[in-house]
Amino acid sequence: MSIKYFNDPARLWGLTKIMLGGVQVTLGIFVLTLILSIPLGMLVALGRMSKRKALSTPVSFYIYIMRGTPLMLQVLFFWFFLSQSLPFKPSRFAVVVFSFALNYAAYFAEIFRGGIQAVPVGQREAGQVLGYTRVQTFFRIIVPQVVRNVLPAVTNEIITLVKDTALGSIIAVVELMSIAKKQVSNSTSIEPYVVAILLYLLLNGIAERLCKTAERKMDYLRR
Amino acid sequence: MLNAENVRKRFAANEVLRGISLNVEKGEVVSLIGPSGSGKSTFLRCLNRLETIDEGTITLDDDVMCEMRGGALHYADSKTLRRITLKMGMVFQSFNLFPHMTVLRNLTDAPVAVRRLPRSQAEEKARMLLAKVGLADKADSYPHQLSGGQSQRVAIARALCMDPEIMCFDEPTSALDPELTQEVLNVMQDLAKEKMTMVVVTHEMRFARNVSDRVVLIENGGIVEEGTAEQVFTSQNPRTRQFIGEAQG
Repeated sequence: MSIKYFNDPARLWGLTKIMLGGVQVTLGIFVLTLILSIPLGMLVALGRMSKRKALSTPVSFYIYIMRGTPLMLQVLFFWFFLSQSLPFKPSRFAVVVFSFALNYAAYFAEIFRGGIQAVPVGQREAGQVLGYTRVQTFFRIIVPQVVRNVLPAVTNEIITLVKDTALGSIIAVVELMSIAKKQVSNSTSIEPYVVAILLYLLLNGIAERLCKTAERKMDYLRR
Repeated sequence: MLNAENVRKRFAANEVLRGISLNVEKGEVVSLIGPSGSGKSTFLRCLNRLETIDEGTITLDDDVMCEMRGGALHYADSKTLRRITLKMGMVFQSFNLFPHMTVLRNLTDAPVAVRRLPRSQAEEKARMLLAKVGLADKADSYPHQLSGGQSQRVAIARALCMDPEIMCFDEPTSALDPELTQEVLNVMQDLAKEKMTMVVVTHEMRFARNVSDRVVLIENGGIVEEGTAEQVFTSQNPRTRQFIGEAQG
């Protein structure tokens, strides 16, 4: 095994710059997935809790499929399915974000459902007798308590998502993992993997810190 | 002012209210007493629509909440129901304060969001009410920092902040230690002196006897006896005597 980068700062910097390009794509998948899957997960959670069977049964089935099959398989499936069935060829990046959003929405939905059910029924009743509408009760009284309840579990999902973005490489999205693999095979050195490890750790270090701050801010029982 | 006639309610096969009628006049304090599971809390919850009834008529002032028409029960349109809701205040056994809001915000949020009161005006009123229940210094605390008695006094102030015409209390002291019970009862007694109309479900016999204008004994979903506190507490009805004897220990 040869050392090609770590003994040469100029080459190492060159490699790092190439890989930072991949970090941009990784971040793109990460941020777009969160923006899409969190509101979608909220809707799925409400559908799952609906008293109407015609709604809750298909939603439960959707959650079952998304959580019961490998995310890698879902990405591949959607890539081939969407490429063949859409009138235009979708971008690889868009397909990854699409698959991730659907998958993560299912996980978020179950987390949100637990968080909503953990709010005592008396909170809703207090809202009702004070004259809040149902929508007001939901957003002013229930949601702030749900946010506090679910933040630790959501933090877990966020950290998993940073790593799951690597699955983009399976359909050749040029994100951090793809670039690392390519650099390793070009250079016959594992140093690009080491750089990738450090970059993933850096991303998750930042994510974890942001989540911890949010958890602290939202925890009204520790004020 | 508040009138309920022949209210019936069942949970599955279990008939919990077997035709209860109650009329509450303006400024009157009515205590509903009775053994656990008698239906008195359910009846109170029907009055402010936390439960729906199966049969009967409930009216508040000129507004009909629900009535029988052609043998079937009809609830009023949402606008009327809303008007009724806003005239009624409710205090729960478990306080149900909003844990993510400060005490002050617990009082002001509904007046601002529901009644569209300017925030400054709502806060002024809230501070006045907190002072009245002896908790002016707790405005910026969170509910988890309060004792049970303090929580319940905040809950009473929160209900009052909406300017209700009638206050309902569902066993307001049942979750409290004896020492804390008294501070809540004192606040309720002050309200009664100010001629607030009150319907109180309670196990506190001293409160029922000394503060209420009228006492209603409920058992098995029906009224056993109803009268002034003195009448009920000195009743010769054997069932009433038995319950009051047991309740007073």
